[in-house]
Amino acid sequence: MKRRWRWLLPLAAVPVLALLAYGFVLDPRNIPSPLVGRPAAAFTLTAFDGTPLALDPLRGKVVVVNFWASWCNPACYDEAPVLERAWRTYRDRGVVVVGIDMQDTAEAAREFIRRFELTFPNAPDPGGKVAVEYGVYGVPETFFVDRAGTIRAKHVGAVTDEVIRGTLERLL
Amino acid sequence: MIPEVGYGALVVALVLAVLGAVTAAVGARTRRAALVESAQHAALVVAGILTACLALLIYAFLTFDFSVRYVAMNTNLGTPFYYRMTAVWGALEGSIMLWAWMLAIYTLIVMLRHRRNARELYPWVLTVMLGVLAFFLLVMTVPAPVFQRLTPAPADGRGLNPLLEDSGMITHPVALYLGFTGFTVPFAFALAALITGRVTDFWITATRRWTIAAWYFLSLGLLIGGWWSYHVLGWGGYWAWDPVENAAFMPWLTGTAFLHSVMIQERRRMLRLWNLALVILTFTLTLFGTFLTRSGVIASVHAFTQGSIGIFFLTFLSLVVLVALGLLAWRWETLGAQGELDSVVSRESAFLLNNVLLVAATFTVFFGTIFPLVSEALRGIKVSVGMPFFNQVNVPLFLGLIFLMGVGPLIAWRRASIDNLKRNFLWPAVVGIVGAAVVFALGVRSTLAVLSLALAAFVSATIAVDVARATRARVRVGEAIPRALGGLLLRHNRRYGGFIVHLGILVIALGVTGSQAWSVQTETTLRPGEHAELAGYRLRFDGLAASEESNHFKVTGTFTVDGGRAGGTVLQPAKKFYPQEQSPIAYVDYRLGLLEDLYVVLGDFARDGSQATIKLQVNRLVSWIWIGGLVLTLGAALAVAPERRKPA
Repeated sequence: MKRRWRWLLPLAAVPVLALLAYGFVLDPRNIPSPLVGRPAAAFTLTAFDGTPLALDPLRGKVVVVNFWASWCNPACYDEAPVLERAWRTYRDRGVVVVGIDMQDTAEAAREFIRRFELTFPNAPDPGGKVAVEYGVYGVPETFFVDRAGTIRAKHVGAVTDEVIRGTLERLL
Repeated sequence: MIPEVGYGALVVALVLAVLGAVTAAVGARTRRAALVESAQHAALVVAGILTACLALLIYAFLTFDFSVRYVAMNTNLGTPFYYRMTAVWGALEGSIMLWAWMLAIYTLIVMLRHRRNARELYPWVLTVMLGVLAFFLLVMTVPAPVFQRLTPAPADGRGLNPLLEDSGMITHPVALYLGFTGFTVPFAFALAALITGRVTDFWITATRRWTIAAWYFLSLGLLIGGWWSYHVLGWGGYWAWDPVENAAFMPWLTGTAFLHSVMIQERRRMLRLWNLALVILTFTLTLFGTFLTRSGVIASVHAFTQGSIGIFFLTFLSLVVLVALGLLAWRWETLGAQGELDSVVSRESAFLLNNVLLVAATFTVFFGTIFPLVSEALRGIKVSVGMPFFNQVNVPLFLGLIFLMGVGPLIAWRRASIDNLKRNFLWPAVVGIVGAAVVFALGVRSTLAVLSLALAAFVSATIAVDVARATRARVRVGEAIPRALGGLLLRHNRRYGGFIVHLGILVIALGVTGSQAWSVQTETTLRPGEHAELAGYRLRFDGLAASEESNHFKVTGTFTVDGGRAGGTVLQPAKKFYPQEQSPIAYVDYRLGLLEDLYVVLGDFARDGSQATIKLQVNRLVSWIWIGGLVLTLGAALAVAPERRKPA
């Protein structure tokens, strides 16, 4: 092999490395939810405070449906204050935040609600039926339902103030 | 306290590792022994710190210290004692910690063994080892800190991934990482050889036993992983060509190639460049495996969680590849072969062909693994290639390798005469053909199965021919047969250890062939009292029972083999419901046997116990895979023992 060609040896590795780097641009979790654009599945649950909590009576409002669990640390712990803030900011503009607690014990869930002083309605999901209806893969996941009852967006992982604000302003 | 102390100690270790690497390099350039000495001290302290940190982490797990985030994430008050140990390396951060600790210990052993006998290379070996160690310490302090405080400390943790609650998970990662990290040593010697320009054969003889040990641990790790997959995952198989499995398999393939090609260099002074390239490739692939499983670039069923760690690994991987290949290019001129290939029919060419096949297998596995990425880059579609691709391409390659396993050790060096071929291979070939005929007569009609069994017979016969001939030679000079055999194994431990490893691989191949060709399965829904039938087994469904375990809820089905084969055996597969998991975890029950395993998985069931769906499998010859692993262990132990005989 000629002297100067030998430097092609390390260069040959560059395309492979570039391909691997390209992998970072992609998000393997970013699987578009087939539910976006479809009507949100109705549910009727009993909230932790004993009152009924159902989706149908909320028609006409923008509903933020958040699936969480007390054992989901840190993501659910990070987003709990964010959700409470959003609820307080937007409730007068026709937004309801609904928390659905899945695969949890009532005791731990109540402790979680107390700790973050959550005031928006929260209900346990016995048997995880609602979670299955919404195709929840893991907690936390958040669905944004518009006034007509159609799911318009889905967020996987802890929501941030920006995500909530951006999505809600679009739907209001 | 623990998070802060641990973190601080790791930062100190990182600084020391970097300083040590630089000092050793400067010491090597300026030939100042004092500098190398102080680099050694740094390595010593780093190993001490890592050992203390590992102990600290174990302590945090045993005492449920949930103020450590990693502990809170991977254990809870219900986690049984043993699994709190596996939890230590059950997730990303801890696994990196285990890795770094092993690397530090290896560095110490290198210091003890080679401080005096590898004078010129040694400081550079130290530089490379400490450099790699520094990278892992960087990962442990920046993107994946194992010691991180969780405030407020929760009253209970999240719990370990239930799939990892298995004894196999105590040993599997340990064995695998001992293999992965073990290849750092030959890699460090190879780089040292390139840097100093002493690219003779010394680095190879110095690291021979390191390579065998690393290869063995990697093999063991793969086998235990297969066993875990077989008896925990509950899909009835042991290997699925999953990206994570491939990630561990690729360095095994190139490592195997390296193990063989160094023999050519030792004997014939050929393949210098090739051997350096192979060891660089092997080490790079261990890093690539870590990158793959921890970056989230390719989704896999058991990939670790992701984060910025992928970027760190890719950067380091690129650095290693570019520097190592750059050095190779720089030393190109001095790497010319001295020996030449005399004939195509010779041991050299058998070994070369073995290397070509192994590298081809590596390439196909690599390509299949990153194919989703290629496809998305070129066409924007997520596609992955499945088991059929890997099997179709690799099975012929592996059959070829088994054939060479018979040819390589016996064929003459340089040029094999017709006489030599006849003397060594006439009887084995006859045995192979007779074997094929017998297997066919017994009713086996699968071409692949017949071929693979015939090849196994051929290779076993070559080994028998060699052992018989060597024993006879010793008996002729007056030794008794057992003594002659023992002497053979001990005095030529490398050669005969290698043979035993080959036998182990044959036994594994037998298990793989049998399970692929003759396993049967059925899926059926039963009411209590009803029977499922498969391959002569009659399995009666007796009922379901629920129980509350320390950290999960469990529904167990009871099935009794009713009369006939294995009559009276009770199997109790279950489904385990963990509060922190979305879906239940299957708990397989099985009855292992030398010829076949009866294997039951509980599927869906009615809550009132009125019916249950089961998957029933009769898996043939699978046990031989694990037995082959034991044989392989024996052979590797023999091969790695110090050689009694001075090399000719």
